[in-house]
Amino acid sequence: MHVFANPARFLKIARPLTPWLGWGGGVLVAFALFMGLFVAPPDYLQGDSVRIIYLHVPAAWLGMAGWAGIAVASLMQIVWRHPLAAVAARAIAVPGAVFTFICLATGSLWGRPTWGTYWQWDGRMTSMLVLLFLYVGYIALGEADRERGGEGRITAIFGLVGAINLPVIHYSVLWWRTLHQGQSIGLTGSTIAAPMLWPLLVSALGFSLLFGAIVLMRMRAMLARQKVEARLRRAAA
Amino acid sequence: MKRKNQRLILLILAAVAVLAATLLAIWGLRDRASYFYAPGDLAGKPLPVDQAVRIGGMVKKGSVRHGKDGLTVDFVVRDETPSTIRVRFRKILPDLFQEDSGVVAEGRFQPDGLFVADEILAKHDENYMPPQLDAGKHEHKTGPVR
Repeated sequence: MHVFANPARFLKIARPLTPWLGWGGGVLVAFALFMGLFVAPPDYLQGDSVRIIYLHVPAAWLGMAGWAGIAVASLMQIVWRHPLAAVAARAIAVPGAVFTFICLATGSLWGRPTWGTYWQWDGRMTSMLVLLFLYVGYIALGEADRERGGEGRITAIFGLVGAINLPVIHYSVLWWRTLHQGQSIGLTGSTIAAPMLWPLLVSALGFSLLFGAIVLMRMRAMLARQKVEARLRRAAA
Repeated sequence: MKRKNQRLILLILAAVAVLAATLLAIWGLRDRASYFYAPGDLAGKPLPVDQAVRIGGMVKKGSVRHGKDGLTVDFVVRDETPSTIRVRFRKILPDLFQEDSGVVAEGRFQPDGLFVADEILAKHDENYMPPQLDAGKHEHKTGPVR
């Protein structure tokens, strides 16, 4: 990771990587959603309403993976003072929040035809909503700190402490009785039939690449802005 | 000691403290953060009569009775324990409501132990499969209630 301590070297790799991730992710997502929405079989119990899974589950994973990324970057920022870590963490926050919102919105739409309700305060849904609020708080705190010219130390600590919510989300369906069902995909296997599982995994991969592209774009924009601000300061001096 | 290592150790200590605090909080919430009571949770305790509660479990096979008025439905909720709860409901059931499948009911206990529900939600499990693979599989599912 210290290879990327130099922003110039990071940009040299990030610039060509961005279109590859973006277009690769876009093609994979289009293919996976086509397979999921039109080709994959309906569910024995839920019928066609199961198809929202191809959006809901990747969004949930990326919402959580986003905060895990923020936590790792915050750690690198605090301990090693890695110059790009703070930029990376702030770049992840917005797409992370968007995917968390997509997860909550699609879950709500999925809940109505299956469970019979748009929203219930069970452990899984509540902890996921808390994640969205954490993202909003993190973005606001990061912006406020940046405007005051801070180093983002407070933001990084908030990013680390917020990570405590991730195991709560993951284990909520085990610790507490919930309306949400238990986990379908674990390290040892899955309870989703193969013709429904693989479009889901392709969709998750595609959205992950898109997520990566968005983060790289945002990081590049932030670095460019830092450069502009530094030049303006120098010109004014 | 290098300042970098100092920061790392401080951070690890802080992380352990936050983790411990969270685990304590979750331990304290264990009973209270559950979304519903299963029949086994209420066994041997005084029923929370005239108090809005949620109960849940599996709809016992063969227990669903539709009333003559075409609306009232009676069924029995079970879990992995011998305890069961009788439920009565007078509104429209969700599409996924069926015997031997998960259910969550919101309502009140009557003094005689009957649970009168205001709202019924269907709870499904973590299995997803095409219809033709279901032949006979769904019948045998008697896993623990979550």
